[in-house]
Amino acid sequence: MSLETLLLYFFAAASLAGGVLMLIARHPMRVALALISSMISLAGIYAILGVHVIAVFQVLIYVGAVMVFMVYVIMLLDVRDPSFLERYGRAVVPSVAVAALLAVALGAAVSGGDIMSAERLAAMHQGGRTGASFDVQPFSVEFLERYWLHFELTSVLLLAAVVAAIAVIKAGRRHDG
Amino acid sequence: MDRTQLLLTLSIALFALGLVGVMIRRNALVMLMCMELMLNGVILSLVTFAERSATLSGAVLVFLVFVVAAAEIAIAIPIVLLLSRQRRTLDVGAYSELKG
Repeated sequence: MSLETLLLYFFAAASLAGGVLMLIARHPMRVALALISSMISLAGIYAILGVHVIAVFQVLIYVGAVMVFMVYVIMLLDVRDPSFLERYGRAVVPSVAVAALLAVALGAAVSGGDIMSAERLAAMHQGGRTGASFDVQPFSVEFLERYWLHFELTSVLLLAAVVAAIAVIKAGRRHDG
Repeated sequence: MDRTQLLLTLSIALFALGLVGVMIRRNALVMLMCMELMLNGVILSLVTFAERSATLSGAVLVFLVFVVAAAEIAIAIPIVLLLSRQRRTLDVGAYSELKG
C-alpha cells in the first residue's frame, strides 16, 4: 500500500470522525470545531486527488470564511440556551433508521460500478476538454476563458446575498419596534 | 477497495451523518452546520467524478457551488440571529408553530 493510499484512508477516517463528533458534541462551538476538522480532512483528500485548486478553495472559503462566521455567531449566543443542554429531539431512532436506510440504498447503487468507468464519464461529458490537469494555470485559463460569464454572475449573486442579509436584519429591527 | 468507490462511500457516509444531525439535533445553528456537512459530502462526490473524468468544468462547478454555499450562509446566519433575538432560544421546538 503506497503512502498516498495510506493518507487517503487517514483523511477519510478523520473526516468521518469529525462527522460523528458533530452528532455527539454538546456545545455548538465543539460542533463547529468538529466540522472544521472534517472540512480540513476533505481538503487533504482533494489535495491527494491532485485537485489542488479545490483544496485551497475548501480551506479558504469554507474554513476561512463560512466557519469563522459561524464561530463568531456562536460566541454571540446565550450559553444558557436550553438547546445547548439537551442535545437531541424526540425522533432519534426513526431518524437514524431513515438515514441508515438511505446510506445503504445509495451504497448499493454506487457499488454497481457501471457509472464509474472513466471512459463513460468522459463520453457523457461533451464539449469540455478532457484529459486536463487540475493545476492552477489550466484551471484559471479555462475558468476565465470559457466560464467568465458565470464568474461575473457569482458577484451578482454575492451582492444579492449581502443586500438580502441587510434586509433581513432591518426587517427584524422594525419588528422589534 | 477502488479509490473512486472509497470516496463515494465516504461521501454517502458524510451525507447520511449530516442528515441524522439535521433530524435529531435541537439547536438551529447545529442543524445548519449539519447541512454544511451534507453539502460537503455531495461536493466530495462531485470532485471525485470531476477528477475521474479529468474535466475542468467539474472543478469550475465546484467553485460555483462554494460561492453559492457562502451566500446561503450569509443569509441563513442573520435569520438564525433574528430567531434567537425573538424567543431567546435556538431550540427548534420553540418554533414548532411554523409547521402551520
